[in-house]
Amino acid sequence: MDLTKDAAAARETLRTMWTIRRFEEAVDDLFARGLMHGTMHLSIGQEAVPAGACLALREGDYITSTHRGHGHCIARGAELDAMMAELLAKETGYCRGRGGSMHIADVATGNLGANGIVAGGVPIAAGAGLAVKLRGGEQVVVSFFGDGAVNEGAWHEGVNLAAIWDLPVVFVCENNHYGMSMSVGRAFKVQRLAERAAAYGIPGVTVDGNDPQAVHDAVSDAVHRARAGQGPTLVEAVTYRWKGHSKSDKNLYRTREEIESWREQDPIARFERAVAGTLSEVDIAACRDEARDRVREAIRTASAAPDARADSLTDAVYAGSDR
Amino acid sequence: MTAVLDATNTRTLTYAEAVREALGQAMEADERVFLLGEDVGTYGGAFGVTGDLVHRFGEERVRDTPISELGIVGAAVGAALAGMRPIVEIQFSDFTAQAMDQIVNQAAKIHFMLGGAATVPMVLRTPGGSGTGAAAQHSQSLEAWFAHVPGLKVVMPATPADAKGLLLAAIDDPNPVIVLEHKLLYKQSGPVPDGAERVRLGETAVRRTGGDVTIVATGVMVSRALEAAETLASQGIQASVLDPRTLRPLDDQTIVDSVTATGRALLVQEAPKTGGFMAEIAARIVESSAFGHLRAPVARLCGLDVPIPYAPQLERAAVPQVEDIVREASELVNRW
Ligand SMILES: Cc1ncc(C[n+]2csc(CCOP(=O)(O)OP(=O)(O)O)c2C)c(N)n1
Ligand SMILES: [Mg+2]
Repeated sequence: MDLTKDAAAARETLRTMWTIRRFEEAVDDLFARGLMHGTMHLSIGQEAVPAGACLALREGDYITSTHRGHGHCIARGAELDAMMAELLAKETGYCRGRGGSMHIADVATGNLGANGIVAGGVPIAAGAGLAVKLRGGEQVVVSFFGDGAVNEGAWHEGVNLAAIWDLPVVFVCENNHYGMSMSVGRAFKVQRLAERAAAYGIPGVTVDGNDPQAVHDAVSDAVHRARAGQGPTLVEAVTYRWKGHSKSDKNLYRTREEIESWREQDPIARFERAVAGTLSEVDIAACRDEARDRVREAIRTASAAPDARADSLTDAVYAGSDR
Repeated sequence: MTAVLDATNTRTLTYAEAVREALGQAMEADERVFLLGEDVGTYGGAFGVTGDLVHRFGEERVRDTPISELGIVGAAVGAALAGMRPIVEIQFSDFTAQAMDQIVNQAAKIHFMLGGAATVPMVLRTPGGSGTGAAAQHSQSLEAWFAHVPGLKVVMPATPADAKGLLLAAIDDPNPVIVLEHKLLYKQSGPVPDGAERVRLGETAVRRTGGDVTIVATGVMVSRALEAAETLASQGIQASVLDPRTLRPLDDQTIVDSVTATGRALLVQEAPKTGGFMAEIAARIVESSAFGHLRAPVARLCGLDVPIPYAPQLERAAVPQVEDIVREASELVNRW
């Protein structure tokens, strides 16, 4: 699908990216004003990856997400007020205030969880793919992870399982150049992380992760292969994180110029230019305003909701009535 | 035994600074000592503990690693076997789970399995504990896991002075030592000796002496117990506060002596109750001669048997607070 020529697709892509951007800007602001606690990992600058990838999915498909997971959750169609409520530690949040940003997930949209453990979701994605295969279903699983995850043992074991069993999994690496302060150049001997696919006998492609079209094309191909029973693919989407890794980051490991040069490749501004022939100025502004309004509304709704309740903590540990 | 600090040679440092000072002094004194871990270099460590050490000792000896906990700890085991003195930082103690094979099946057992022919003199430093809103996978207190494994030594410094002195002793030790720091303590300050004085592993510190009840606490619970003891004193209850400091080796004699004197024991840990280390201390007390002196059942005050939640009020409710210690201790004294 051509996201820039099809007006509906263009609008949806733009809306998703703006919603992620506005949501995270709002979170950043709430945090700075002391209204949000814990820690936050923001994906500002990386919005094209979840937007392009999730457009290739259908209802019923699964994703596994990461510590930097607001974008994945939004791109799968989660409710912003339940997300915001979670971050504000409310009873109405997706995890009833128990998980926070690092565990945010709308299970109804197939999101099997953000994850506080780097690469934690990768073998889980293989397992979800195995479930689909055992049931003989048509679903696919998209596993999002960062460049840093690619050096965890769990990553290798998960990818290999998916490969040897031809599981319907698409491994989407959000290569934002750093795992915290560790640059990809220092953490890898390979030039492209997609080269790792060869070790497992699966296709690996590297795409411009600031272009939703490029991400979408690569993930769509991989999804087709997966649905056709041809097994997993590794898609490396090269992008950049504008903000610090988390709130403790002083950005000592990269230069202002480097950050600035990537801000100039803003995936949203680029896409707005690319769709100029398809969407009018008014259309584009409407996408932007809609995102802003939805986020504002989510903050209003979530703020008015009751705080997470401490009284039922021990009841929440085990599933089922038999505690 | 109480560690006696020579007041003339101390200054005030934070717990994190005290750890950094120990690392720096150990690296200055012994070329075999080196650090490895995620973001320990330019970033200065996830909690800022290694700070500027990379500028003092260079990237070879303050070695940033990829995100590969099993590989990092395994590399430390190998380097230790081959004559070095590696110190690993794992960013959150929760991620020792990734490295458990190298910690439990390798580091802990190699000396024994090889009939004493080899040693694994390494240190693994890692912060545990809740209180930062980091939720279930970044807030655990896992000391009982390690204490259960023969071959590991397990250290839980509760003060800046101990953070330095115990770490120096751990670095000297010919065995793998797990040092469980606490993230809430990193910014707490206290007197720390200038020099490289060691605090011997296996000596319970008596932080406060009182005749009515013995409170045994570890990690961040030590300062909470001391605060509780002040409140209790204002209510006429005198508490002893004991800090075992090392779980393996464990100086249980100092605990037994104190409980023999007070007749009451309140054991406080942040970790969930079931299978926690305070169960071990309770057993040591009732197995000892202190049993005959008990005036009350041995009591435990522990974290709830739940993963640590994100919401601040839930997180607070999941682990003992000062007021909980006051309540439990006074009930123990008033009821029995
Ligand atoms: C097993 C594990 N090790 C370390 C961490 C600490 N940590 C959290 S995110 C992160 C960097 C992850 O880098 P990457 O996978 O590239 O994702 P990014 O943060 O760049 O999105 C690290 C080291 C963790 N959460 N889990
Ligand atoms: Mg990264």
